[in-house]
Amino acid sequence: MIATAKPDLVTVNIDGQEIAVPKGTNVIEAARLVNVDVPHYCYHPKLTIVGNCRMCLIEMGMPAVDPATKAPVMDPATGKQKINWIPRPQIGCGTNVSPGLHVRTTTPMVKDAREGVMEFLLINHPLDCPICDQAGECKLQEQATGYGRGYSRFIEDKNVKPKRTQLGPRVTLDDERCILCSRCIRFSKEIAKDDVLGFVDRGSYSTLTCFPGKKLENNYSLNTVDICPVGALTSTDFRFKMRVWFLKQTNAIDPESSVGANTVVWSREGTIYRITPRRNDEVNDTWMADSGRVLFKAVQAPDRLSAVKINGTDSAFDIAINAAAELFKANAGAIAVVGSGRSTVEEQFLAKQLATALKAPSYLVSRVGEGDKLLVSADRNPNVRGALVTGLIRTLPSAKLVDLGAQIDAGKIKVVVTLGEDLAAAGLNAGQLAKISVIVLGTHANSMAGGAAVVFPTLTAFEKSGTFVNQQFRIQKFLKAVPPIAGATDDLIVLAKLVGAAGGATLPTEVYALWKSIAAAVPALATTTFANLPETGQLLDATPFSALPFVEGETLHYKPAQPVVAAANA
Amino acid sequence: MPAPAQRRIIFQHIDEPGYTNDISCYVRHGGYEVLKQAVTRKPEELIDEVKKSGLRGRGGAGFPCGVKWGLVDRKSGKPIYLIVNADESEPGTFKDRYIMHQDPHQLIEGTMISCFANNVRQAYIYIRGEMPHGARILEKAIAEARAANFVGPNILGTNYSCEIFVHRGAGAYICGEETGLIESLEGKRANPRIKPPYFPAVLGLYQCPTIVNNVETLCHVKYIAEHGGAEYAKIGTPGNTGTRIFCVSGHVQRPGYYEFPAGTITMGQLLNDVCGGPLPGRTFKAVIPGGSSAKIMRFGERYKGKRKVGTEMVDYDWGVEDVPMDFDSLGMIGTMGGSGGVIVMDDTVNMVEALANINAFYSHESCGQCTPCREGSLWMKKISSRMVHGQARPEDAALLKSVADQIPGRTICAFGEACSWPTQSFIAKFGDEFKQYSETKKTAKPADAVALI
Repeated sequence: MIATAKPDLVTVNIDGQEIAVPKGTNVIEAARLVNVDVPHYCYHPKLTIVGNCRMCLIEMGMPAVDPATKAPVMDPATGKQKINWIPRPQIGCGTNVSPGLHVRTTTPMVKDAREGVMEFLLINHPLDCPICDQAGECKLQEQATGYGRGYSRFIEDKNVKPKRTQLGPRVTLDDERCILCSRCIRFSKEIAKDDVLGFVDRGSYSTLTCFPGKKLENNYSLNTVDICPVGALTSTDFRFKMRVWFLKQTNAIDPESSVGANTVVWSREGTIYRITPRRNDEVNDTWMADSGRVLFKAVQAPDRLSAVKINGTDSAFDIAINAAAELFKANAGAIAVVGSGRSTVEEQFLAKQLATALKAPSYLVSRVGEGDKLLVSADRNPNVRGALVTGLIRTLPSAKLVDLGAQIDAGKIKVVVTLGEDLAAAGLNAGQLAKISVIVLGTHANSMAGGAAVVFPTLTAFEKSGTFVNQQFRIQKFLKAVPPIAGATDDLIVLAKLVGAAGGATLPTEVYALWKSIAAAVPALATTTFANLPETGQLLDATPFSALPFVEGETLHYKPAQPVVAAANA
Repeated sequence: MPAPAQRRIIFQHIDEPGYTNDISCYVRHGGYEVLKQAVTRKPEELIDEVKKSGLRGRGGAGFPCGVKWGLVDRKSGKPIYLIVNADESEPGTFKDRYIMHQDPHQLIEGTMISCFANNVRQAYIYIRGEMPHGARILEKAIAEARAANFVGPNILGTNYSCEIFVHRGAGAYICGEETGLIESLEGKRANPRIKPPYFPAVLGLYQCPTIVNNVETLCHVKYIAEHGGAEYAKIGTPGNTGTRIFCVSGHVQRPGYYEFPAGTITMGQLLNDVCGGPLPGRTFKAVIPGGSSAKIMRFGERYKGKRKVGTEMVDYDWGVEDVPMDFDSLGMIGTMGGSGGVIVMDDTVNMVEALANINAFYSHESCGQCTPCREGSLWMKKISSRMVHGQARPEDAALLKSVADQIPGRTICAFGEACSWPTQSFIAKFGDEFKQYSETKKTAKPADAVALI
């Protein structure tokens, strides 16, 4: 018998297992919950349903009721309500659950249907897996293993279609591999809102193409590559660089804006090859911007800082720490800390400890651009809210360090510790810079690093672990994908040593251990540890900051709490 | 038994000497009188008449028209659209074209009555792209009817207004599938929609409730409005009421269109008595009874089983000639009445070549949206074309059948059935011919043989 379901839940039976699922769930998703795989190509959880691949065909039935009395019809053999099975297979993607729905996925009819579709999909497919970039993550390959015939009955000529078409600057199309699932078309239309793709010709000659005069060049074009179930759409950048099965996957966060899109960094032997989105239904669904996918190139950039320097001369780490300690001592009370919205929560926490130990004021530099209403927000710093939560700053930052400049002009500040921020770009003029000694923690060469008193080369987001607090006040963690380049030191080690040099407490320099100190010092994070932070992040209480005029407009899964005030110093 | 007499109610004036397609001729013959009377009645009454008539759709599926109208969502508050499906594309069918070319006002009157009955304020005639002449005739006819206040604002002095627009297709068979037609009318590729959720009666054109009826069906509605549903139901046989138009093509002495009360004429009577039998010196070999997608019948085969006559079940044992030409009888013996396109083949026809032709058509017309039809139809075409071009293998028959079996019942629309039934039935009925085709091919063809696809 079907158990009585909760009001918003519907009990269904899938291959003999009963499960209560929310109304509106389709059979593919319901089956997933009982670990029954319903193979599919065109269905994507975040796109509209078209039901065109026909791979997800299942057998479906409803409990029998007497048409006259509406009483259940019982099956004397089993003592259970009889099930009226529909003689035609139904699509799992387009079939939503209804009370008492019965689904079978292992019957001969279903097997036959899947094998038939599989064979059809392969007859005109070039089967060029050995030279195809999708190999290893190709749904056609995967499902051919489960439902393929193993040999071909097709002796005719295969259809010929365009190869190596550049749909746009980042996406290459091989039409012969395309199985016409239309995911890319639906994505462009429904998510990217840039309706440039369509099919021309008909029947088996249908061909994916851009509309005349259009290009697939929006900042989300590479998502079409991610969702392409086969090797039709490939990334022009990643193509032929590496076999995916050699790549290590590391969970990460897109640092390009305060959206904090969840990502996976794919690397091998210390080299990153690509970045793809990771599903988080509360943040980025299954998407990310193209602009966030190339950020890994900064790791191996020629202008990476890789040598500790004192006054422009190569030095050693401990000597540099001592030099910083000397500066701190000599200029006690005249030191400022410029933190960064690009630093991790952990680094900001240590920066705060440094500022406290030095009794120094702390600043942050804002980076505001235009939000694209999807996954790049107006705030291009990924972690301004982390600085608020850790207490590094109390008000929203501005783009120019006007106050700091005034303090320098007044002779009140003589040493500035900057965490990767370019003070010249942040508004300090040459005269002001000439008056101060700068201690730089940075990854890449900028106008600061040259004239700085002390330079500590530190790590990019791909070489370290940490957390960011995104625009929703969701704290999300990312892990170290590749080892640091030679000569660079983890920001946490540098900061902890500087805290020591400033006379503060000895703090852990490793992220897991450091979280004990953070939890003890920051009430909002009291129960959090780095280890137990969920993969999809954890929402923090935003109410202490509700009065702040944050710059972000609406994006996917984010609505500003209050009307956006004119972007501060944009 | 001699064939019954034709009863022309829809084709009453087709090819009548002196009958023209302008409005004055139509009015002279009593045209628009039914509409004048219909607008004085309650719309529900008219729907009731159609339900009582038992009228079944003439587009091919034979779905009861009254039931279709009954499914329309009238509570949504959205406008209800009526679309006249004039995309007559099924090979072997040419009835709607005659109506539109020679008696367009009959269609317009039937359409207006149906619109009034269903409170439709906007109707579209979706006409096949290959019928530009028909489209021009319809546009002229609508303009005439509009000038005479039969179409347009406040028709015939009532407060009921309804416009009819002609929309030309761009030349695709699939536009005759009702949801494909709706997509095409919306300006998109004619990819049929998945059902559920897109049942046109609820979510049709522009996501509004929509009625899609065939040209001939709407002409029957006019007749029903005139004579009453009960009177109409007396024509034909129970369950197959009204008249049926047969478009006979192929190897008979007198091909053409014929209109008979449904179910009163058998295949044998139609082909032998009405159409004059086979061409001199030939014998019938096979016939497709309802458009090229219907399953083929082989002369000489017997159909046996039980059928309901009144309340009793009686045995039947029919040859092809004995089968009554109605939806139910043809359905019972495993084929269908379809659109009424009767395609006759005599002993000069090689079935492999005939199938190659049909397969070429369906592979060309598959929209390409869903996998089994898209890939299967072209694969079947490639096999049958290869066979007729001299590279047939004995195992091709089994392969063709196997490919065809992987299509029907697994596609978005009925095209899956339409493209696979010919192959399935040709091989079931003429399997030997397919198996031996590699040998047959070695025999030289006459010089005047038609070139193969």
